[in-house]
Parts: sequence; structure tokens; C-alpha cells
Amino acid sequence: MSALTTYGQRPNAYPGKLFIVEGIDGSGKSTQLALLTQWLRSEGYLVTFSEWNSSSVVKATTSRGKKRQLLTPLTFSLIHATDFSDRLEQQIVPALKAGAIVLADRYVYTAFARDVARGVDGGWVRSLYRFAVLPTLAVYFRVPLDIALHRILSARPKLKYYEAGMDLRLSTDATESYKLFQARIQREYEGLVPEYNLATMDATLPVEVQQRALRELVRPHLRGVAAAPGTGLLEDDEERTA
Amino acid sequence: MKRFESYGQGIPGLELGDLTGWLIVIEGPDGVGRTTHVNRLRAHLEQLGYAVAETGLTRSDLASRGIRRAKQGNTLGTNAFNLFYATDFADRIEQQIVPALRAGFVMITDRYIYSLIARAIVRGADPDWIKQVYSFAMLPDAVYYLHIEPQQLVPRVLAEGPFDYWESGMDVPMGEDLYDSFVNYQGRIIRELDGLAREYGFQTLDATRDEDDISDELCASVTRVLMKKPAGATA
Repeated sequence: MSALTTYGQRPNAYPGKLFIVEGIDGSGKSTQLALLTQWLRSEGYLVTFSEWNSSSVVKATTSRGKKRQLLTPLTFSLIHATDFSDRLEQQIVPALKAGAIVLADRYVYTAFARDVARGVDGGWVRSLYRFAVLPTLAVYFRVPLDIALHRILSARPKLKYYEAGMDLRLSTDATESYKLFQARIQREYEGLVPEYNLATMDATLPVEVQQRALRELVRPHLRGVAAAPGTGLLEDDEERTA
Repeated sequence: MKRFESYGQGIPGLELGDLTGWLIVIEGPDGVGRTTHVNRLRAHLEQLGYAVAETGLTRSDLASRGIRRAKQGNTLGTNAFNLFYATDFADRIEQQIVPALRAGFVMITDRYIYSLIARAIVRGADPDWIKQVYSFAMLPDAVYYLHIEPQQLVPRVLAEGPFDYWESGMDVPMGEDLYDSFVNYQGRIIRELDGLAREYGFQTLDATRDEDDISDELCASVTRVLMKKPAGATA
């Protein structure tokens, strides 16, 4: 196989910027991304948002597979890649071409961590996502497992079958299975940090401290990014990103 | 040595060691007569006492509805379609093909990864990439390729009814009307299959010959393959 058939070979060649957040459930990444979205919009940038597992066409099949427990590690991986590919082609790349800031809650690293935790071959899943554009900035929210588990489980959620990793038969108890599964996913993430040079965030810090740090990570990439039409905000304040 | 091998890393969580059946693939473009030959082959093998199962593209429990719906609206991205087909194939290999092989059946599949690889390449996918995606598949015991030139395909397809939108590659599209696009699209599919036939060692059958002659040759050849690898024996 040629060396090109793996993720990481397609740089973002478009005028827009792609910022993505990653981390296990309960790492607080979605909260931080929501705050970042508000900030960027208030600063006058054109911002679009893409969420993991949200392609309208593919979602019906994914839901069906989950509800009826038809998914195996292989088909779970492929249906999520199908969803991602559709969003990349129809949402992310067009927005990047238009010069927008694209924010993604989870990106290919979620698949690399989760699918490998399910027993899928790491080399295969990295080649599966070869078509993905490299993000401008990827931030991994690092949190001790017990804190993340406490954040999720103290709300007494009804854990879903695949969410809890019940398909792996790690435990017949959903909560126990979820803990073991999240631990596996976290191990994979920790390997991805050096492999893909992900920026890391200490997700135990207060929310506002993390948000300041996140904005500092993003700021250097905002030079020359176009404003949303009609806001006039950026033209008025050239100092801000300087 | 196992009785079956994968092209790559195989299917996660699946051992191939306990598969005792045979995997026979019929390949060829749309309208070349695959269904006829699959049916005749099945009847022939059942006559000999073999248990036979069949599968074909987009027949999965998981993804067939979704693919049908996506085709109606033509709203899915091209590459996403390639992966949707891969999802369908993966579901069929896990839920249909492997269980049949485990039960000692002769599994006849009407097209396999090769047609899926060809249609993806024609739609712009990188050949190395799409082959890598399908590398979880097992090597079949034999692949029979019903070969025809696109010009010879046209009258056969027309005899069956109007040109099909997707079989004419109109999602790409490859010509200003269905006829032009059909000829160009099927021509490119056939060229890709010709290349794959050399790469993967298909047995090519000239589909312009008399139907009975083709099916006699196919049945005799498959019977030899089955005899050469008795049930349960390793390759």
C-alpha cells in the first residue's frame, strides 16, 4: 500500500479555519466549544458548526443500527466514517472554501480512539479517514477518568447500549461497562496526542480559565480571517488579533 | 494455513478458522446476465447436493434502506456513498457471508468488493485507498468475471427497459443524456474491472457467447473448485 493511504496527508488548503475539540465524555469540551463559538461570533467572525454523527441522510441508518443492536465494531466504524464523509463534503469543506471558521465537536480522533477501543485495527481506521482535512488546531481536553465519570454518572444517565460499550461484553452492568470502555478510549486518546501533535487542555481547571486558554490557542490563527457579512466588526477593530 | 484468508487485517473479533464453506463470486457490469448465471449455478450445485446461499449488493439488513433513500434524493456526497456501500458490504459479510461459510454452505455472491472498488474509482476515489477500505474482506475461492464490451451491453440493457439513472452514472454525470452517460460510465466500469481481473486473477468468461455454453463452463469450473477443496479441509 502506498504511504498516502493514511490520515494526515490532506492539509487545509482553503481560506477558512478548522478548529476541533476532542476528549472523553465528561471532559467539558462541548461547553468550551460553545463558549468559543459565542466569542468568535461576537468578534464578528463567520462561524459554522459541525457535530459528530449528524449527517441527515446517514443518521437514520445509524439510529436503526443502534436501536436494533445491528452494529458490530466494523459496521459501527464504517457508518460513522460515512456520516463524517458526508459532513466533510457537504458542510465542512464548502464552509472552509467560503473562508468561514468551522468548529467541530469531535473529529477523526474520536473514531481513532473509539473504534480501536472496540478492537478495530488502528492502521485500517487511519487509512479509512485519509480523505479528512487536517484541522488548523485540534485541542484534546485531558481529564482524570474518575472526574469525567463522576461528571457523567452523577447525573444518573440512562446509558445507551453502544455508548456504554455493551457490545464489547466487558461487563453485564451498563455503568461498569461504561467505565471500562471510557478507560480504553482514554488510553487511545493519550496515544493520539503525540502521534498527531494535539494541543492539550487541563480540563480540571475552572471553566473560565480553560476558556481564556482556549482563546489564546485560537487567536494566532485568526489573522486575515474574513468577517461575517454585515457585522463590520472586524474592520472597526484591527487591533484585536494583532 | 486457514481455509480463508483476508486481504488485510480481517474483521475485528472474527476468527476465520471455523469457516468450512466456499465463497464463489460472480462479477460483471450491469445487464451482463449475472442473475441468470447465479440462478443456474445455484440449481446445478443443489442438484449435486450442496447447500447454497446467495447475496448481492445493497442487500444488507443494516444499510439497504438508507442507501435506497439516499439514492432517491441524491443528497449524499459522492465519497460518503462509497462508504455507505462499504457499510452495506461489511454488514453482509458479517451477517450473511460468514454465517453461511461457517455452516458449510456454498456462498454465491452476485458481485463482491471488486464492483464496489470499480464504482468508487470511477467516481474519483483513490484506488489504493478504496482497496485498503475493503481489505477486511476474505479472498474468495474463485471469481468469475462475465466480460463484455460497453457497445455490446447497450442492446441487452435496452431490451430490459429504459436506462437506469444510477447504472448510467448520472450522479457523476458522464454525458449529456442517459445514453451517452450509460456508454461512458459502463465503459469506465468495465475498464476498471478488466484491470482488477488481472490484479486479482479473475477467471474471465466471454459474456457474448451462447448463454448455455457460458453456464456449462461456469458450473463445471465451480464444481472443480469445490472438489479440489473438500468441505472443512484447509486451503
